[in-house]
Amino acid sequence: MSVYHRPVSNTWWLKRKPYILFMIRELTSVFVAGYCIFLLVLVYKLTQGANAYDNFMVALKLPSSVALHLISLAFVLYHTITWFNLTPKILVLYRGEERINQGLVAGTFYAVWAVISFMVVWLVLGV
Amino acid sequence: MAETMKLEIFRYRPEKEKEPSFQTYKVPFREDWVVLDAINHIKDEIDGTLSYRWSCQMGVCGSCGIMINNVPKLSCAAFLKDYYPDKIRIEPLTGFPVERDLIFEMDDFMTKLTEIQPYIIRKESEEKPLEEGEHLQSPAELAHYKQYSMCINCMLCYAACPVYALDSTFIGPAAIALGQRYNMDSRDQGRDARQEVIASHDGIWECTFVGECSVVCPKDVDPAAAIQRAKVSSTVDWFKDILIPWGKKK
Repeated sequence: MSVYHRPVSNTWWLKRKPYILFMIRELTSVFVAGYCIFLLVLVYKLTQGANAYDNFMVALKLPSSVALHLISLAFVLYHTITWFNLTPKILVLYRGEERINQGLVAGTFYAVWAVISFMVVWLVLGV
Repeated sequence: MAETMKLEIFRYRPEKEKEPSFQTYKVPFREDWVVLDAINHIKDEIDGTLSYRWSCQMGVCGSCGIMINNVPKLSCAAFLKDYYPDKIRIEPLTGFPVERDLIFEMDDFMTKLTEIQPYIIRKESEEKPLEEGEHLQSPAELAHYKQYSMCINCMLCYAACPVYALDSTFIGPAAIALGQRYNMDSRDQGRDARQEVIASHDGIWECTFVGECSVVCPKDVDPAAAIQRAKVSSTVDWFKDILIPWGKKK
């Protein structure tokens, strides 16, 4: 008896909201990687002398550059939040027979994130 | 006039047609009916040729999994009232070859389940004689794996997994979760044997953590978590092999 193999279309991920959200999460990795490259370029410019660095800084203040940074920020935030929310699935901790609250596990990551972000702001802006 | 609902059901009769089609049936709407009741009504009263699987009608046997409006569900646990008055689209579980109507071929899953060796494995050299009694386990040790032992092999997690639909060589959520269930059992010593399958190319590393397997699981097994935890353990193994190569287990 012949069985029927249903084809999977290239747009399978558009059929349900969870799959779309998953694909967005995958896409955000591009922005995370892109920003890492940007930081490397920034360090490289720093090694090229004050002039090169200053020119780069001027270019960064262009509206298009600011817009790109804001878009990247949105995607990186989505990336971070979705992954932090998934950490309790990976980091399963028990106290005796009782599982430690999943919110507490994810909350710890958020707290560390907040502390590090505060330290960065403090270092950069000196406030 | 009594209220009715429409069910659009996937039909495939290999002796008659090469391609599947959809057939719409009108069934009575009853508050206390689940989708399986409506399908049974079609089979008994409207069209006896419709083929599908079911058994316990209480969410235990795992036989009646179908796609309802593109979402994998047990038809015995999905109420008509949650969809009323809209039409319901019913298909066989995604990712599996279809034999007839809502019946799909599950051989692949069965093979993978066997490969994972889902039973307690003991090292012969360390086995104690029967007279010494059973291998005791504390409630805390049980708690660590109990969730993963609740699987009823309904395969909804496979139908929710786009990785499996795209590449059926993937061992898949339920089989890996069951492997993890035994790996985490304090009485088991078979992790190394299972690792050959679990940590293989077709095992945990195929998973992209979509997470829908856990969302659709009717028993809250959370196979996505089992897979990610197996990834962590396998990564720790890898680092141990690199950092302490002399500590390798035989």
